[in-house]
This record gives sequence, structure tokens and C-alpha cells, in this order.
Amino acid sequence: MLDYVTSYLSSNTTPGQAGNLVWALIYILIVFGGVSVAVMAMNWLERKALAHFQIRLGPMRVGPHGLLQPIADAIKLLTKEDIIPERADRLVFWIAPLIILCASFAVYVVIPFGPTHAITDLNIGILFMLGVSSLSVLGVVMAGWASNSHYPLIGSLRSSAQMISYEVAMGLAVVSAILMTSLNPSGTGTLSMIGIVEAQQQQQIWYLFKFFPLGFIAFAIFAIAMVAETNRAPFDLPEAESELTAGFHTEYSGLRWSLFMLGEYAAMIAVSSIAVTLWLGGWLRPFPNALTGATWDLAFSLFPGFLFLSLAAVAWVGVIRMPKHPYFRIQTLGLAGFGSVLGLIGLVLFVPPVRDRIQDIFWFTAKVAFFMYMYIWYRATFPRYRFDQLMRVGWKVLLPISLAVLIGTAVAGMVL
Amino acid sequence: MPDSTPHPSPLELGSPDKTFLDSNELILNMGPQHPATHGVLRVILKLDGEKVLGVECVIGYLHRGVEKIGENRTYAMFNPYVDRMDYVAAVSNGLGYCETVEKLLQIEAPPRANYIRVILTELNRLASHMLWLGTHALDIGAMTPLFYTFRDREEILKIFEKYCGARLTTHAFRIGGCLYETYDGFEHDVKKFIDFVPPKIDEYEELLTSNRIWVERTKNVGNISAADCKALGVTGPVLRASGVKWDIRKALPYAAYPDFDFEIPVGANGDTYDRYLVRMQEMRQSLRIIRQAVEGLPEGPIMAKVPKVMKPPAGEVYHSIEAPKGELGYFIVSDGSTQPYRVRVRPPSFVNLQALDLMVRGQLVADVIAVIGTLDIVLGEVDR
Amino acid sequence: MTPVATPFFFYFLAALTLLSAILVITRKNAVHSALALILGLLAQAGLYLMLYAPFVAGVQIILYAGGIMVLFLFVIMLVNLERSQKEEQFNRQKVAGTLAAIALGGLFVAVFIRGKALFPASSNQIAEGSNTQQVGELLYGQYMFAFEIASLLLLVAIIGAVVMAKKRI
Repeated sequence: MLDYVTSYLSSNTTPGQAGNLVWALIYILIVFGGVSVAVMAMNWLERKALAHFQIRLGPMRVGPHGLLQPIADAIKLLTKEDIIPERADRLVFWIAPLIILCASFAVYVVIPFGPTHAITDLNIGILFMLGVSSLSVLGVVMAGWASNSHYPLIGSLRSSAQMISYEVAMGLAVVSAILMTSLNPSGTGTLSMIGIVEAQQQQQIWYLFKFFPLGFIAFAIFAIAMVAETNRAPFDLPEAESELTAGFHTEYSGLRWSLFMLGEYAAMIAVSSIAVTLWLGGWLRPFPNALTGATWDLAFSLFPGFLFLSLAAVAWVGVIRMPKHPYFRIQTLGLAGFGSVLGLIGLVLFVPPVRDRIQDIFWFTAKVAFFMYMYIWYRATFPRYRFDQLMRVGWKVLLPISLAVLIGTAVAGMVL
Repeated sequence: MPDSTPHPSPLELGSPDKTFLDSNELILNMGPQHPATHGVLRVILKLDGEKVLGVECVIGYLHRGVEKIGENRTYAMFNPYVDRMDYVAAVSNGLGYCETVEKLLQIEAPPRANYIRVILTELNRLASHMLWLGTHALDIGAMTPLFYTFRDREEILKIFEKYCGARLTTHAFRIGGCLYETYDGFEHDVKKFIDFVPPKIDEYEELLTSNRIWVERTKNVGNISAADCKALGVTGPVLRASGVKWDIRKALPYAAYPDFDFEIPVGANGDTYDRYLVRMQEMRQSLRIIRQAVEGLPEGPIMAKVPKVMKPPAGEVYHSIEAPKGELGYFIVSDGSTQPYRVRVRPPSFVNLQALDLMVRGQLVADVIAVIGTLDIVLGEVDR
Repeated sequence: MTPVATPFFFYFLAALTLLSAILVITRKNAVHSALALILGLLAQAGLYLMLYAPFVAGVQIILYAGGIMVLFLFVIMLVNLERSQKEEQFNRQKVAGTLAAIALGGLFVAVFIRGKALFPASSNQIAEGSNTQQVGELLYGQYMFAFEIASLLLLVAIIGAVVMAKKRI
């Protein structure tokens, strides 16, 4: 038993490469569990951050600073009545959220959290990601149609038209990044996700900065297209309440609706992970080449520990400032517990063996967290695009620019 | 008397082009309860696919019979009812009514009362425009300006509360002047407010004015020409944004406005973006007026000599003021008794709403909501 | 990477493809047919994977299942279909059709059994990892002209669709 474990760990590959089914299942459980927790955290963060943008507080009652709010929401949604419209197509109605959920979660199979920390490393990784996320369009179309109601149908058709329009620009931006992977000495590029990050490491530059500004423009196109893909502000006309069409998930209630929400957040995290992998260097720490050497490595490896300790300090400051009243006792205890857990994690992250192993996952997660924050920031700041303007941006602005960037990258790659 | 020429209802206008593919013509109802119609307004849209062919508004859901009530109350007793029409800008309503009755009674409010009236009315204009900005931005999708404008509007409402005890329906003025003297610290509060607000207005402009999504949603949306405005009787920022420099504060001055130096912002195209800019400029000009008024507040009585029992001579009078939404007019017919024979209110929102049909022809459905927001209607005023 | 349980996966995917093909033509509801077709296309992508052609499998999912079928679904949903749901599923040529299908199927089986030796040998000498490179080199090298003609055809189709759907200004 023990040498089964150590034989896999010392083989230094992903479970998919090693063909090890048990470890693959363990990784799958860890990743999917992690994503589910991340989705709940994202739900809380969105409500709190949006509220603070709007000079209000957000959830404060359920758990300290509303930390247990997502759990309360989940319980509420689970106990709601499951309403299916009378003349709705039951099979399609049932399948639609499942398709979106499965499509969003299937992308996580190829996402690399580290050089060997992925469930598997398909040699067509990027293609797989693009394909699977295009399957979620089907779920949207089916959801709108199965509701047997005029407004959700129009909303779903608009939503899916938007998604397939922005997929084109997204794909072309991805192709420019892939093109850059072929600029290594051996002359062949790679479609595998781990291969792309390793190519960035080899060429010693994040693709964000390569052939400046071409890499940056490609990244910007992908960043805009991914917001439109996931139907988030400022491209959320199909699901806005003040417009006339109500959105494809109107007729869904309770658990089915929460599956949509789960799928949406999971898709957001998935496309952000892809952006991070392609342009931001995946799991590489900042400045891997400019600041080399053992001391810099040590400094950067201490960063996660310090980050968690500072978060714990913020939580403890909040504890000290809580009102000293019997009614607040439980809240204060909860916040103190949360702060202690954060502090403990920070202390654990200082231990050398953990410190070295956690680097890749930490930097990857930190970059994805940055994208998640940007999503919330966009939602708070921008008004909504009208649907025809949205389509115009997708076809007439992003597509020509991404074609130009692709050609520019190819020329730069040949010349430079 | 009905017109001899049949007036086509918007629902029958403009059949769409019959093309190779079947056109999708339908009638859509934006019901009385809708998050974006600013009250209980029913809008019936005739659509050709996504394009709007015509619009018919059904109003009356908030009709309370205010004008009829006016015939059964004495002049002083009717004063509180007037606030409830345009409940967002209650002080202006009160100002209009009091000045009309004073015109009927041929008395003049003393200068100090006029200055206090101007200060409160301009503060009210600021509050009304802030609420407009927040809700209009929310309809177009920007959620955050709403909270910022409401936070700043709180300061104005605090001043109102300290002055007359009410935040929204203030009943601030009386016939003949003001009832309440300014409280201790009124000038200090107003000056503090005037210094506090301009950076906030800059904040709103920073979020919206040069934001390309905002510009694309509002430029060339809901255009109306100056000639159409004049033909329909549209007044207020809508008229000024179409290029007509008409503001009753300058054209037919009332209260203490002749003493102050301020500008009238005028737009060029008559689209939603221009209306937005005009209202933002009006906010800044209001601050200018308030500053001049507070600095030059004269001493003296605040109430003119008004008979205990008000029995104006028989006759009729029309007096209008520049409310935040347009020309607010009162037409009072007196028959010599203590109660008016007829009180007719000319609400700006009612007249402006008639322009909705003209403004949304040929635009898309999502623009209808933007245009309703930019007209700045309050249903309490439209229906009375 | 050693293949695992190849016969099982082959029979499973092939059965799935056949099942979905039968569902496509027997469902009354056009949307159900389209969904069954999507299922069939996904199973086919799996078969491509088994033939060591991952690139083709990925492209099948992206373009066929995720693009073309979505457009099919758009059209089905926008067109009024209530009338077609009341129509009879099979027309009066049921018997002749079934006989013709059986005859054709019998012909295929006979050709396969008799001529198995004449088919070219299976060509999975191409390494799995280089499927993308091979496809790219063939498409942009040897078959460049056909590629460009195909893209011109698509361009003509797009322009035609835009012209037909655009209303007169």
C-alpha cells in the first residue's frame, strides 16, 4: 500500500499520464471539491465586494461577516419546491442544467495547477477546453426552449448567440498564444496546457509581455471575450431584470436554478484559469528569470505564509472591534475561529516541505483570484451593453483585432 | 371636442416592410408593475421584431383626484396636498402653489423668505436630479451610481428634516412666505454641503460621462428635435437638451432669481446623452445659486401680512415655475370664497410623457427603458 | 500510453452512435431529434479518439456539436413547429422503404465480408501526439487549394445569408 503511494508520487507525472486510475479519482475529487468550495466562496465574495463598492455592507448576519451566507442560500434553495411548468418538456428541462454543469466542470480535467498537478495532460488540452465550453451553449438553448415560455426562449437564444459570437474571437486569441509556444528552439508548438506553461518557462517570458503589445492585446481580447462567454456584466443583457426578456433560467426554481448558478461560477473560474495558463504563466512565480537565485526563491516562497498571516491579522482586528455585547458573542467567537484557522494555515505554510510544494498551486490560485475580483469589479462599474451593440463588438471589433494580432504574431515570430 | 380628422393611434401606425422572411410583428405590454417604469405606468409597445413602431402609454394608476380635492379645501389647507404630486421634488410643488396663490391675493413674500425659498428649491432640484441619475443609471445597467447619489441625497434630506421636520413631503412654505425661520446652523450646514458635493458630482461624471458603454447606450437614443418639443409643449431639461434656451427662472423670473447669476445649460442634439449632460450641468449651476443665496441672505421678516381668512377676489391666475422636471404651472380660478373654484395643475411629467412615442419610434426595445428614464417622469405628477 | 478496454469502448460508442441515429429519425419532436444527433456526434468524437486522432475529435466537438448543432437548434426553435408535431411519423412508403434499406444494408455487409482483404491496412502508425501536426501539414501544404476553395464557399454562404436576412434600410 505505502509503496503504491510512493511509486506514484515519485513518478512525477500527472495521474492521466501515469495511467493510474485510483490517483486520477483522488485528484478528481480534490479538484471538484475545491471548485465547489471556490464557487461558494465566490458567491460570498461577490455579494460582499459588490456591496462595498456600493457603500453598503452586504451579508453580515449569517455567520461572522456573512461567511455562512452561501450555506444558508444553499439550504434555502434545496428546500424550495421544484416547479416544472405544465407544458414544459420534462426530459429536456431536466437535462439542460446538467449539461451546463457537466460542461463547466469537465474543463477542470486539463487545468494545470503545477507541472505535475493536473488530473491529466491531454496533448490537445486547449482544444478540449474550447470544445467542452462550447457544449454549455447547448445547455443554455435547451433551458430556454424547455421552459415553454416566450420570454425565456428569446433570452436563451440571445444568450447563446452572444456566446457563440464571442467564442470565435476567443479561439483566435488562443491561437495567437499557441503560436508563441512554437517559438522554441525545436520549432514545434504544443496544445497541451502543461506544455504551454513550460514553453513560457523555457522562453523566459510570460506570453502577456511577448512581442509587446501583441501578447497583451491577445490577452485583452481573451479577457473581454471570456466575460461575454460567461454572460457576465457588462454583457449580461439576457439575464438582466430591468429588460423585457427575463433570461433563460426564469422557470427554474430551487435546486435546478442553483445548478445554473454553480455552472456559471465554475465556468468563470475555468476560463480565468485558461487565461492564466496561456498568458500569465500558469503556476510560475513572478519574475522567474529577472530575479533568480536562492534568496529570491526563498523570499517568494515565504509570501503565501505572510499573506495568510496578514489575513488572519485583519480578522483578529475585526474581532477586537466587535461590539462587546452578549448578543454578539457567537459572531465574535466565529470570527475569532476563522481568524485562527487562517493564522494556522499561514503558520503551516512556513514549514519548509509544505512551503516548497505549495508554491505552484498558490501562485496559480492567486492569479485566478485576481481574475475573479476583476469580474466583480466589472459588474459594479459598467452599465450594460444593448444586444445589438454587444454583437457588434463581438463581430466587428474583437474579431478583426484578433485576426490582426494573429497575423502580427506570426510575422513577429518569423522575423524576430 | 374631438378632432374632425381621425387621429391614428400609435398601434395602427407604420406597417413593417414585408421582406422575404416573415416579419415578426407583435404588441408587447410593459405592465403597470415593472422595475423600470418609475412608478405605475403601463406602456404598450408595437414592435417589429426588435424595432419599436409605436408606443401607447396608459396612465391613471396613481390618480388620486388632487385637483378635485382642491375645490373642497381652503387655500391654506390645500398646501400639503401639493407636495404629494411630484413627491420627489416636493418643495418645488409647494413653491409653485404658494406663489400662485400669492399672485391671486396680490401679496408679495418678503426678501428673506424669497431667499430661503430659493435655497430650499435649489437643494430640492439637486436631490431630484440625483435620484434621477441613480435610477436612470440603474435602468441602463450601472448599479453603483444609485448608491452614491442616494448617499449624497441623504445630506439634503437631513437639512430638510432639520428645517421643517420632514424629509420627502416637506410642506416647507406657506402662503405669504415661510413659516419656519432658518434653524441655528442652517447656513453652516448648507455651506458645508456646497463644499462637500462638487467632488461627488465629479465622481458620478467620472463613472459615466466618458464611459464608452454609457455613451453608446445614450448617444442618438431618443432624439427629439426642438420643433417637436415646442409643438408638444415639452419643457425642462428635455427642451433645453434639444437646443432651446428656455428656462422660466430666466425668462419669467420669480422668487429671488433675478438677484442671482447663473447659466442655463443647453444641449445640441436632443438625445439621451445631451439630457444627461444638461442635468449634470444644472446640478452645478444649482450649487452656484445656493452659494450666492446663502452668502447674501438678507435679514428681515419671513412672512408677509396675510389675512387670517383668505378670500381672494374673483378671477383667475396662471403662474409657472421651473421645477426640476420642467415647467410646473398652477391655474387657479377663484370665485371669491375661501375655497378655490378650480385648481388645475400643469405637471411637466404629464406633458413630457407625450413625447415618448415620438422619441422611441425606430429605436430598439432596450432603448425604450432608457428613454423613459431620461424623460424623468414621476407618476404622482402625471396622474395627480 | 497503453489503450485500455478497447473492445468495450468501441462497442459502447458504436452502440451509442447507432442508438442516437435511430432516435433522430423516430422522434416526433424535432428538438429531441437534434439532441439525439448531438449525442451521436459526441460518440463519434469518442470513436475518433480511439483511432488515435485527438485533433479531429476535438474539432468535431467544437465545430459540429458545439457550432452547427446549435444553429440547427436555433432554426428549429424559431420556426413554428406545432403543426409538424401532429403529423404522422412515417409516411405511406413504409414497406418499400424498409425493404430498400434492408437490401442496401445487405449489400454493404456482403461487400465487407467478401472484400475485406482489399481494404488498405489500418494506418495507425502515425503517433498519437502528432495528429495535429499531421493534419496541419496536410491541410496547409498538400491540400491548400481545396482548403481555400472550401473557405471561399463558406464566405459566399455567409454573404448570401446576410443579404437574405437583412431588411431594406
